Amino acid sequence: MSYLEEGGRRGIRGWIFSTDHKRIGILYLASMLFLFFVAVVFGVLMRIEQMTLNPPIFPAQMYNALFTLHGVIMIFMFVLPGLSAIFGNFFLPIMIGARDVAFPRLNLMSWYFFVAGALIILSSLFTGNGPPDTGWTFYAPFSLRSGTNITLGVFGAFILGFSSIFTGLNFITTIHRMRAPGMRWHRMPLFIWALYGTAWVQLLATPIIGITFLLIIAERFFGIGVFDPAKGGDPLLYQHLFWTYSHPAVYIMILPAMGAITEIIPTFARRTVFGYKAIAYSSLGIAFLGSLVWGHHMFTSGMSEVANYAFSLLTFLVAVPSAIKVFNWTATLYKGAIKVDPPMLYALTFIFLFSIGGLTGLMQGALAINAQVHDTYFIVGHFHYVMFGGTGIGFFAALLYWFPKMFGKMYNGKVAVLAWAPIFIGFNMLYFSMLILGYMGMPRRYYTHLPQYHSLHMVATIGSFILVAGLVLFFGNLVVALFKGKKASDNPWGGITLEWKISSPPPLENFDRIPVIETRSYIFNPETSR
Amino acid sequence: MEATNKHLHSIPYRTYITVWLALLALTAILVLAGELFHEALAVWAMLVLTPVKAGLVFFFFMHLKYERTALKALVFMTLGLLVMVIALFFLDISYR
Amino acid sequence: MSGPFSESPSVQSEEHKDYEGSKLGMWLFLFTEIILFGGLFVLYSGYRAKYPNEFHQGGQDLNTVIGVTNTVILLTSSLTMAIAIAAIQRANRKLSIGCLAATILFGAAFLLNKYVEWSGEIRHGIYPNSPQLLEEPHGRQIFFGLYYSMTGLHGLHVLAGIILLSVMLTFLIRKRISSEDFNRLENSGLYWHLVDVIWIFLLPLFYLAA
Repeated sequence: MSYLEEGGRRGIRGWIFSTDHKRIGILYLASMLFLFFVAVVFGVLMRIEQMTLNPPIFPAQMYNALFTLHGVIMIFMFVLPGLSAIFGNFFLPIMIGARDVAFPRLNLMSWYFFVAGALIILSSLFTGNGPPDTGWTFYAPFSLRSGTNITLGVFGAFILGFSSIFTGLNFITTIHRMRAPGMRWHRMPLFIWALYGTAWVQLLATPIIGITFLLIIAERFFGIGVFDPAKGGDPLLYQHLFWTYSHPAVYIMILPAMGAITEIIPTFARRTVFGYKAIAYSSLGIAFLGSLVWGHHMFTSGMSEVANYAFSLLTFLVAVPSAIKVFNWTATLYKGAIKVDPPMLYALTFIFLFSIGGLTGLMQGALAINAQVHDTYFIVGHFHYVMFGGTGIGFFAALLYWFPKMFGKMYNGKVAVLAWAPIFIGFNMLYFSMLILGYMGMPRRYYTHLPQYHSLHMVATIGSFILVAGLVLFFGNLVVALFKGKKASDNPWGGITLEWKISSPPPLENFDRIPVIETRSYIFNPETSR
Repeated sequence: MEATNKHLHSIPYRTYITVWLALLALTAILVLAGELFHEALAVWAMLVLTPVKAGLVFFFFMHLKYERTALKALVFMTLGLLVMVIALFFLDISYR
Repeated sequence: MSGPFSESPSVQSEEHKDYEGSKLGMWLFLFTEIILFGGLFVLYSGYRAKYPNEFHQGGQDLNTVIGVTNTVILLTSSLTMAIAIAAIQRANRKLSIGCLAATILFGAAFLLNKYVEWSGEIRHGIYPNSPQLLEEPHGRQIFFGLYYSMTGLHGLHVLAGIILLSVMLTFLIRKRISSEDFNRLENSGLYWHLVDVIWIFLLPLFYLAA
């Protein structure tokens, strides 16, 4: 019996009370996709606002709420839980040969915290003085003074943090303690290494934003004063605390996506991955170095010059492990028997789009450039390339790769490829325009713009419509497959990690007997493998 | 995976009492240092003795001394990360 | 079967609780608490560097006697906690129950002291956003803002610890914790000790700042 058919209680209660890691992964998938589309709608509304200049279609206050909520939902409820919550939960135990995670009930709690936090934040839309308008960064002192539902928004994000922390705690313990016999650290799939690095950042970085948000609430309710200039507080200290979490957070977002790509590329190139240890350790390196660069969000804020130089240098350093991964993926392709099935198409797209995002990030790490592009659309373009072109497309690739395993059904590959075109074209129209707009001086978080920026804004907006059409096609295809797709085989792609040895969909207990591992992963051609 | 719950090492009650007495003594020294020494020396006393007190609690009351090296390493890595973050933070506020 | 793995003989022991794993999980949780308070320590250090005199003076306005008393209370509660665990390890249930109950009482005494201390300060008009404090120099406002936030957050953790230990006490009395299975008590002890460690750092920061 597969996990879809048996799961303890019957019906919906068998799902929302389930401690089975596979069902929890699906719960995250469903709730996150719903929230993703809500945030997409907010994004499209923002684009429509920029299309309508005289007069703009929405009032400025509404625009401020739109970009705040778009950011809060996308970041805290989609990209951050991301591939960890969905594919990590579903596949971590299977890929290391375990029956579940270390703390299954804590795992379910993580999802409950996720839902609670999401509901609290969404409630800020409908109550009191309306949704927060500070941007997702909630900078003091405006966040201390704004009459909107800051406390609700910040408290919801605080609750969401627990989801992240508990997932990290669970994954670290699982990887340390529950690997199957013979599954040594250097035999683990690289997706697991990525999840491991991510889990440490989830565990150690998230409490910082926890205390930061608590302090915002304490200031609004009790007037503590630590960020309030009127009482001697320093708003820059808020920024320090905020970014000490929020920068490592972006590595929580990207590492699992990189991990998934590292699974997909060898499978569709039929090559042993190039540089296993380099990729494994670069995941840890990114996690570590990534926690020391937060000041690059504050170059123009009034930090000391010494800090500026230090953070700029560290930012250049953190690009190195990311670049190592790109080289290794490319080297894996070399002389491979490449088959561009849908997961591979999106994985290759990831490499391209992420590289643009990464390179623009490097540019921003240079002080001179940063002074010009800070708070412009260049930044907005950059982070959409890494978060959407990176994590987003990586998520799509992972979904296409693991969908047949998770649901036992195969989707229409041609439609998946067809959807790629509007996604790719729309994406670049939308976000490359932003890179140019930013260079030309268009500020971010403005509900309107000067006439000289208008034509590029139009290009971006039309791109957004094309992109959304692609998204609808992409997900429509998968939804149809869920109900009417052909039965998928146990191993449609010829993968060689443990999940492809069990049935599609997996049985409730994952394995009849816990496997004993005898060799390292990714050996496709034993005679010629390095 | 452990099949049973037994510690291989049972710490004598006396060890705990000795540690407790040491902690009280260190606290007394700290308070006196604050009263008697001039400021710089008092601050040094606190910067040195407070982590010693914390260390005693970690190593003995929390058994860290008897735990596996891997766990000790994780504790130090976490503290080390905190120290690095504070150091970078001070690169800003010290030079403004 | 061919391929990179074989199947293990059917093992029953998979269902065993993982003692080391459970302990690791608790330590990982403690790391989050260390970082949580660490963020506040970052703020404190920044502001102390900025307002050295007001912080020095603020320390003098706090009641050192209560601060040191509370320190002794928590240190002693850590002792009784450790003995409670060592006792049940040696199957001395009575000693364990007694020491665990003592730990809880010490915790309650700590909170009582805190209540007395805070009431005194509030009566003197020293609390966040008080009219009196708003007239004072910035450094003093920040000092007391941090004082209330940090000792307040710590106090909440003491309260949570008391609740946790009370639950453990019922388990101990009902023999759900024994010399064969005292994992949960040990983990609760770890939490309680960390609460003590945090106070060890708070003491010099605020009360001995003078």
